[in-house]
Amino acid sequence: MTPALAIDKLRVVYDDFIALKDVSLTVAQGESFGLVGESGSGKSTLLRAVAGLAPVTSGTIDVGGKRLGKTREKEFYRQVQMVFQDPYGSLHPRQTVDRLLLEPLDIHGFADTEKRIQRALDEVGLGSGFRFRYSHQLSGGQRQRVAIARALILEPSVLLLDEPTSALDASVQAEVLNLLEQIRRNRKLTFVMVSHDLGVITHMCERLMVMQTGEEVERLEAGDLASRKVTKDYTRNLLVASEGFVREP
Amino acid sequence: MSDTVMTRREWLLTDRPQSRLQARLGRAYLTWSRFAANKLAVIGLGIILLLLFVAAVAPLLAPHSPYIGDLKNARLLAPSATNWLGTDDQGRDILSRLIYGSRLTLQVIVLVAVIAAPIGLLVGTAAGYAGGWVDAVLMRITDIFLAFPKLVLALAFVAALGPGIENAIIAIALTSWPPYARIARAETLTVRNSDYIAAVKLMGASPMRIVLRHIMPLCISSLIVRVTLDMAGIILTAAGLGFLGLGAQPPLPEWGAMIASGRRFILDQWWVAAAPGAAILIVSLGFNLLGDGLRDALDTRSGGQ
Amino acid sequence: MSTLLHVEDLRVSFPTRTGVVEAVRGVSFALGQERLGIVGESGSGKSQTGRAIMGLTPLQAEIKARRLEFNGIDLLKASAAERRALRGNRIAMILQDPKYSLDPVMTIGRQIVETLRTHEKVGKSEARARALDMLAAVQIRDPKRVYDLYPHEVSGGMGQRAMIAMMLIAGPELLIADEPTSALDVTVQLDILRILDRLVIDRGMGLIFISHDLRLVSTFCDRVIVMYAGKIVEELKASELSQAKHPYTQGLLNCMPKIGENRHPLPVLDRQPEWLL
Ligand SMILES: Nc1ncnc2c1ncn2[C@@H]1O[C@H](COP(=O)(O)OP(=O)(O)OP(=O)(O)O)[C@@H](O)[C@H]1O
Ligand SMILES: Nc1ncnc2c1ncn2[C@@H]1O[C@H](COP(=O)(O)OP(=O)(O)OP(=O)(O)O)[C@@H](O)[C@H]1O
Ligand SMILES: [Mg+2]
Ligand SMILES: [Mg+2]
Repeated sequence: MTPALAIDKLRVVYDDFIALKDVSLTVAQGESFGLVGESGSGKSTLLRAVAGLAPVTSGTIDVGGKRLGKTREKEFYRQVQMVFQDPYGSLHPRQTVDRLLLEPLDIHGFADTEKRIQRALDEVGLGSGFRFRYSHQLSGGQRQRVAIARALILEPSVLLLDEPTSALDASVQAEVLNLLEQIRRNRKLTFVMVSHDLGVITHMCERLMVMQTGEEVERLEAGDLASRKVTKDYTRNLLVASEGFVREP
Repeated sequence: MSDTVMTRREWLLTDRPQSRLQARLGRAYLTWSRFAANKLAVIGLGIILLLLFVAAVAPLLAPHSPYIGDLKNARLLAPSATNWLGTDDQGRDILSRLIYGSRLTLQVIVLVAVIAAPIGLLVGTAAGYAGGWVDAVLMRITDIFLAFPKLVLALAFVAALGPGIENAIIAIALTSWPPYARIARAETLTVRNSDYIAAVKLMGASPMRIVLRHIMPLCISSLIVRVTLDMAGIILTAAGLGFLGLGAQPPLPEWGAMIASGRRFILDQWWVAAAPGAAILIVSLGFNLLGDGLRDALDTRSGGQ
Repeated sequence: MSTLLHVEDLRVSFPTRTGVVEAVRGVSFALGQERLGIVGESGSGKSQTGRAIMGLTPLQAEIKARRLEFNGIDLLKASAAERRALRGNRIAMILQDPKYSLDPVMTIGRQIVETLRTHEKVGKSEARARALDMLAAVQIRDPKRVYDLYPHEVSGGMGQRAMIAMMLIAGPELLIADEPTSALDVTVQLDILRILDRLVIDRGMGLIFISHDLRLVSTFCDRVIVMYAGKIVEELKASELSQAKHPYTQGLLNCMPKIGENRHPLPVLDRQPEWLL
């Protein structure tokens, strides 16, 4: 089976700073793959490079067996979509939910917009009561649901999730995670998910990659983390740190 | 009665609108009530509406002809019951000329706004969004325009194009867009790297679509405010050109030109120059008040968090 | 231990066109030179509590309190100028949403330097040096590069740390940290907490730590206040958070995914109307 996403020796350079150093990665269809690691290690950059929002200097990206060029075609966006980290920043401040969801349908020339918007809202559990609200009339969790609905409305097969719950509180996080899992099951989606919460990653993903300074540190099964079967010191530090704060005497 | 008003108000203000129209009307109503809370702004709006009204029905309001005066008997008369604001050196009724002149003032304002604001918006958003050399080139051009005082530049244009009200309008429009371009660019720069623009890119939208449909709406409110506040300046520039004999040509009742012709009698027949001066002052003030009110009402941030 | 801050019956309400929104409904606590955690779900009034103390509440809001006192200064009676002088200098707040709070068209370094120079008379080169030190202190690798970057050019966590650096550079006596580490990976998170911890222990700073990360709060803070719908539903010692009595607190604790657990779907909060009282 062709992998949903195959990245080979991907390098991203800003001016002369190497944000991503030859990272390779394959994600099978229907799999959920996690990225964890140091802040600034290039996790978002990796997702943005796939989405065509970061400058790729070398390396290749294949989506569904098709090699991506320098510029993305319109078709590409019907295969790959992304949910951003910050629900407060990823919705246009002057547009209603309706308008936000209409935009992708309009760009891709869908006809039955009415039905699709309705279905997308139902799918993320918002219902039509929220359809004509502006984003400032929504809570963080509701905003993130709208962002997810927007990403799903083009029926992509790969969903890139950049810390989708880090700005949400524990109760809303649980709701959004449940929603994402349910959608993945129903639609047989492939996930690539960034989070710094190891609990969230092991909950959501089967495999994961640990990153530091733009490079891969190690690759693990989710179960390895639970049973502490890790080989690299950095990962071990992460595990210890995720236990919480320890005051030195 | 108050019952139906309440429900209509509730319908407008609901946080669960049922249709696009309701959402839009609700938002408009909120903006309006913010605006209406500012008494001075409402006065400003009143002045502008009055100007529109006067211009629209000028022939009905004007007691005399604005062009034909009684040179023999009615030169430089003081204000009286027949000539409320007196007459000028051609024996023409000043009030009638002012009333007809409002049409010219309005024409200048509307045309300048229609020409200058879109140019500024387009140049600014394009420069801000494209960045790189496009930005550099466009902004250097803008800077060159900004470096000259407006009136001087307008004078140069009119000198090249020839005097006349149309040329004055073109000259003023050509000199007023640079500040708008600056504002639009600054606004664009603050939003171009935001996630919501990245999200639209990810939908497959073309740069053109992003600029037109997603960035411009964010720039428009600060631009409207600025244009309104500039109106006073535009009226003054037009009057200045008229005063210097380069704008509207006689016998057109343009207010600036009226002051110019009245200045010869300023000591003995002060009303000839004072009446159009007061008209300019009031209308400019109206636009300033309106602009201030709009700034508060349209404030992008108060709409958000 | 002297008490830095007294808050008694603090109320913040927003008159909106659809009625009054009561964001904070009678919150009382006292803060010494300690770490006080405030937890609670989104919209429970955590940020508005912090903002009211800081004097950053939006203009239209109404603040009422029986007592709101910082180091003997009555914050309710203080003039706008006095509050401005306090703000940033003696009381600082790390705002939620760093990307929103940073100026998108000014480099990170310049923003830190400007903050420093509004509070202290320092030369250009010294300000730069201190800003760089501060960036290094918040564990930013390569501070020299980050100094010249614009907010959109840094990662989520770097933006958050830039914000922290900006607030700490003036050396406040009271720091309100609103979700200061939500975008940071766990190791950096601990580094930041260690910095805050040192400031509390060595300099006697008072710290209000607003967070929805219960695990972090329970291990880092001395005391925890749990808020729900603008009220304090429970106050406990941080180390005893796991034995919380209130069903809301228990529910919050219960819905976090943990390593090595297998709960699909995660339990979610079932909000009860009587919690509102
Ligand atoms: N437009 C840009 N210009 C310059 N440098 C950039 C740009 N975008 C990202 N970088 C740099 O790339 C590096 C990686 O950033 P990235 O956002 O991928 O980190 P991250 O792993 O997602 O971190 P976090 O967990 O904090 O979000 C950072 O050092 C950042 O400064
Ligand atoms: N300008 C405003 N006008 C009306 N209501 C407001 C305004 N600002 C905040 N609120 C309301 O005040 C309440 C408390 O908000 P606050 O920001 O303190 O929540 P929070 O506990 O910090 O949540 P989060 O975890 O999402 O940051 C919310 O219900 C919010 O809707
Ligand atoms: Mg990131
Ligand atoms: Mg908050």
